[in-house]
Amino acid sequence: MAAPRMDILRFATAGSVDDGKSTLIGRLLYDSKSIFEDQLESVERTSVDRGEEYTNLALLTDGLRAEREQGITIDVAYRYFATPRRKFIIADTPGHIQYTRNMVTGASTADLAIILVDARKGIQEQSRRHAFLTTLLQVPHLVVAVNKMDLVDYSETVFNEIVDEFTSFATKLSIGDLTFIPVSALHGDNVVERSMNMPWYDGSSLLHHLENVHIASDRNLIDVRFPVQCVIRPHKSTDPALHDYRGYAGQVAGGVLKPGDEVMHLPSGLTSTITHIESPSGPVDEAYPPMSVTIRLADEIDISRGDMICRPNNQPQAAQDLDAMICWMDDVKALTPRTKLTLKHTTRTVKAMVKDLQYRLDVNTLHRDDTADNLRLNEIGRVTLRVTQPLFVDDYGRNRLTGGFILIDEATNATVAAGMISNPLR
Amino acid sequence: MQRADYLMSQLDVLEAEAIHIIREVAAEFERPVLLFSGGKDSIVMLRLAEKAFAPAPIPFPVMHVDTGHNFDEVIEYRDRKVAELGLRLVVASVQDAIDKGQVVEQKGRRASRNKLQTVPLLNAIEEHGFTAAFGGARRDEEKARAKERVVSFRDEFGQWDPKNQRPELWNLYNTKIHPGEHVRVFPLSNWTELDIWDYVRREGIELPSIYFAHTRQVFERDGMLLADLPPANRGEDEPVFEAMVRYRTVGDTSCTGAVKSAAVSLDDVIEEIAATRITERGQTRADDRASEAAMEDRKKEGYF
Repeated sequence: MAAPRMDILRFATAGSVDDGKSTLIGRLLYDSKSIFEDQLESVERTSVDRGEEYTNLALLTDGLRAEREQGITIDVAYRYFATPRRKFIIADTPGHIQYTRNMVTGASTADLAIILVDARKGIQEQSRRHAFLTTLLQVPHLVVAVNKMDLVDYSETVFNEIVDEFTSFATKLSIGDLTFIPVSALHGDNVVERSMNMPWYDGSSLLHHLENVHIASDRNLIDVRFPVQCVIRPHKSTDPALHDYRGYAGQVAGGVLKPGDEVMHLPSGLTSTITHIESPSGPVDEAYPPMSVTIRLADEIDISRGDMICRPNNQPQAAQDLDAMICWMDDVKALTPRTKLTLKHTTRTVKAMVKDLQYRLDVNTLHRDDTADNLRLNEIGRVTLRVTQPLFVDDYGRNRLTGGFILIDEATNATVAAGMISNPLR
Repeated sequence: MQRADYLMSQLDVLEAEAIHIIREVAAEFERPVLLFSGGKDSIVMLRLAEKAFAPAPIPFPVMHVDTGHNFDEVIEYRDRKVAELGLRLVVASVQDAIDKGQVVEQKGRRASRNKLQTVPLLNAIEEHGFTAAFGGARRDEEKARAKERVVSFRDEFGQWDPKNQRPELWNLYNTKIHPGEHVRVFPLSNWTELDIWDYVRREGIELPSIYFAHTRQVFERDGMLLADLPPANRGEDEPVFEAMVRYRTVGDTSCTGAVKSAAVSLDDVIEEIAATRITERGQTRADDRASEAAMEDRKKEGYF
């Protein structure tokens, strides 16, 4: 019997075909034996049919007809591969500015982001934008893969210049963990194996880094946050033991819960004690993110979907006025002050109104335009929102699950924005 | 689970994610239904739905889109499972749709009812007023599916518009729809074929016997081994032979291929799958070989 695989790393890649992003992903999949023969044959056949001179690995990820026709990545594609150490979920996102919303989407769940930089071109406007978005979405780990090292004679000087330039730019952002790796995706240097061509580089290969980066402590294990999804009440007349059963089902968004812990219910402010925690595999004595569990309490409290369970001495903020950074994602309507929207935060859905657009942020220069009176597709800005019912929120930087929300258009039902609560930018 | 540093194994993470999705959809939609074919993915999905609401029963019915071209072992499994869990089973029948003239049977040797499933599926969704249909599709199966959302919007014609999908952030799913529209929900989006098998083993889930090696009368067509059952329309020039096979996917008998295998136990099957170099759809589904975008085209019309 094979040893069970350890855990999951979700990572996002940003860049365009020109940066060698697809080649890099193709290389990771190919070298980890995650591309199947029929997939490769299909890509080879299509490449030949289209008169391309080499096998275009981008065809592996660009799955939609429109993407193949136009030779571009439009949407986020998810790819999977595993090594004996980890399972990996890649959110492959397009790099161009008109697809900022796709990158934001891919980054929202990522533990790590890879930004590709062409060694010949150095840090570009788009590299800065990708770094900014990674920070905005609080992706805990960032890897700058300096690609096409083969085309600069594997030069240490070129690599160091890029590292210096990026590092000085990065001080304006708050990047938790930043790693630079010189690679050649085409030839495989430092992708899976350490390269013999760059003896001056003493760090890990990209795959080795992905396998070993420590992500367990990226979760918030301090602040207990349990948004209630639904109440489980079996009502089985045949089983009297279940007659009084009342469980609160949800996915732990923060902290560690244990039977015997005193907890507080919001909005009521009433306290009780956890008597049981049931996991999908039966009773457990601890629950932590991202476990899906059912909790039972000693006292009967009126608890329903959208409520929050926390600790009495560590509560989220109950807020009806929110300051948030938002990325606008609708291609038809723009965001303007007084716009009314539906807001979904944890398991709670409320109505919201845009009270103020404080500024629009230029994602390339980080310049704040406080004269802006609207946000259009892919634009990012800081807003003040008023909601109809209190939300139980944390700063997005402290907890992505209790600090993030989406906005929904009330007429079209489209998801029109991603929001990050009170995410102060330095 | 290793409690010391609060690590979760990949199966625990995938299980927790799927249960969160199932609960979220059950809480926010009036009338969900779970599409249950008796295949391994829908069997795993059903088990996850059981766990999501335990000790309460699953709070929605299941639906089988029945092509009429079934493996007996799978139908037997379906009926037994549904009875065991006390669920309501809705059968959407392709044969009925043909009899009513809603769809026309394909002609020729390679005729398949696979594509015909879309019409009875959409009719049943409309007739029963279902607003959300759980499906067992995985993103690793096929390149069009790699682009699909977990909660995937369908318009009033049941169509999927791949270029106009709702962004899906964090674990927040937009469940808003207008009357007549519905969503498809894919709790297993992030599972791979191997994850499904590892989970089946870990949970001790029973599968229909055709997933394990058995002897069967088969014939070869387009490089695939098809069961010699009437729907496959075997021709005079396609000789029958007996072979030791198992199924890697379960679909319409007319277009689902078997693979040669001696794997009689779960451990043997997992070992074979871990070593295989061909995808399950590429190896066993004639319908996806039709063109580069066969799945995308079917999905746009409302297929699973």
